Amino acid sequence: MMSPETLVQLLYLVSTALFILSLRWMSDPETARKGVFSGVAAMLLAVAGTLAGVTATGGTHYWWILGAFALGAAVGYPLAQVPLTAVPQRTALSHAFGGLAAGLVGTAKFFLYFGQHNEAALAPFIVVALVAEIMLGFLTFTGSLLAAGKLQEVTWIPQRPVTYPLQNASNLGLFALALALGAALVLHPLAPWAPWAFGAIILLSLVFGVLLIIPIGGADMPTVISILNAYAGLSAVAMGFVLNNKLLITAGALDGSSGLILSIIMCKAMNRSFFNVLFGAFGQTVTATAGGEAKAYKSDTVESAAQVMAQADLVVIVPGYGMAVAQAQHKVREVYDLLKKRGVTVKFAIHPVAGRMPGHMNVLLAEAEIPYDDLVEMDEINGDLPHADVVLVIGANDVVNPAARSDKTSPIYGMPIIDADRARTVYAIKRSKAPGFAGIDNELYFLDKTFMLFGDAKSVVGELARKLAGEGGH
Amino acid sequence: MIMLAAPTEAAVHGAGGHGQLDFMGALFVFMLATFIGFMVIQRVSRLLHTPLMSLTNAISAIAVVGALIVSAGKDSPGYITALGLIAIFCSTTNIVSGFLITDRMLKMFKKQEKVAK
Repeated sequence: MMSPETLVQLLYLVSTALFILSLRWMSDPETARKGVFSGVAAMLLAVAGTLAGVTATGGTHYWWILGAFALGAAVGYPLAQVPLTAVPQRTALSHAFGGLAAGLVGTAKFFLYFGQHNEAALAPFIVVALVAEIMLGFLTFTGSLLAAGKLQEVTWIPQRPVTYPLQNASNLGLFALALALGAALVLHPLAPWAPWAFGAIILLSLVFGVLLIIPIGGADMPTVISILNAYAGLSAVAMGFVLNNKLLITAGALDGSSGLILSIIMCKAMNRSFFNVLFGAFGQTVTATAGGEAKAYKSDTVESAAQVMAQADLVVIVPGYGMAVAQAQHKVREVYDLLKKRGVTVKFAIHPVAGRMPGHMNVLLAEAEIPYDDLVEMDEINGDLPHADVVLVIGANDVVNPAARSDKTSPIYGMPIIDADRARTVYAIKRSKAPGFAGIDNELYFLDKTFMLFGDAKSVVGELARKLAGEGGH
Repeated sequence: MIMLAAPTEAAVHGAGGHGQLDFMGALFVFMLATFIGFMVIQRVSRLLHTPLMSLTNAISAIAVVGALIVSAGKDSPGYITALGLIAIFCSTTNIVSGFLITDRMLKMFKKQEKVAK
């Protein structure tokens, strides 16, 4: 009979393998659901293994633990039923929960060891990991809560980036102070002031999380959510070092590297560095006020847009956050079906940062049952755009702004864009004449070939569908 | 001068950790897991980045392991247990909502012929 410890480690080993397979199966939509089942199995094994371990060392409080599980499940279930347009804020909220859990476990461990005067358990390496765990955990907690609030458009949370003088200097100062306190703790973990220093680090991390997110605008949310994702994973890794638990380290590292890769992809898609996203709110707000030059839009009727599209061979639809806000994806599906019925090829051009989180548009369009073969990445579709008869822009703005290619003074200069301006005709659905989230005028809208369709995306696309359907009858 | 000295096994066991503390080994595991993570995640289809993030949300709720160890500790004062229980609650929320919503989203991704009825 093997020892309980061996059993625990074996369960953890299988669990780790299943977590890796789970992510591996996400490489293809065909196998992705297997990935979820494998992840669930891994998690169940992890919990079973841990329970076996704590039972072998005389665990207690099982009824309380069961209650916490039940309560968590009761809150988690409705959170999984939110409309898909609310997925970005749900994701941010769950990063907050993840950060809080890591922070609380770190706090509990520190005070437990401190109360026991456990010098061996508070070895420098462990205290370093503890400090990393609580800093990452608590700053992810408040930062993600704030991000979720911004995404949910909670009224008392400012949507536009909040900036003030010496913002970056004071943020870095706070961060340095937290690090200094952490270093003092590492050197003297059992000093009488240690709990105070620990509490101060928690407080500073909570404040730092807020300060990190208030200067971030909506267009940068995909990057920020990815970074917070990485932090939540890394705090689990730190917890693994504190508890000497290899399962925590591996699963946390998988999550951390996923967040990091997504952040890198998002940053590349905006031609910005991490540093610039996190600390670069200044330039943005300045141009938002400077770009006030009035130009004339050329608008058109939905009816003639329908006629032009019905005659086209290739129509490329560029969706953006505006489509999500208006919940227009189902109407878009109607237009897609009607055009296909007429023999028009319809493709969707998906920019990596369209929407408020990585992959946001794909999920919304999949919800509307648009086959994923027609959702095409930016790099692939750009070659086809010169042959496109019509580009229909639905609530996207910066991702189709040609200024990113040509105007060196534009804040989005260098950002890879969908070459909508290379198509023969462009129709752009836009809610109002105000500039987009980044506060920049979009040159695309003033081209000769561009016609604006002003109005709510859902009603404009709906009308488009009616016109297309009506014309079929003559 | 910071000395990275390993605590004795007994000390860690007494504090509720699992197994022998070997932080060099732990660092190796971390390094390898990060490499595997990078390689696996780079192959994830861009179509699925939103479900990927909700799946990794659920995976990062592995913090439940630490929360369980803290909550079930028999010698810990009540407030420590309470912190652990709140952490279990938070992690379980993520596990349940993360896996459920990932599956909900993935069910929606259909190929051409499957959509055409």
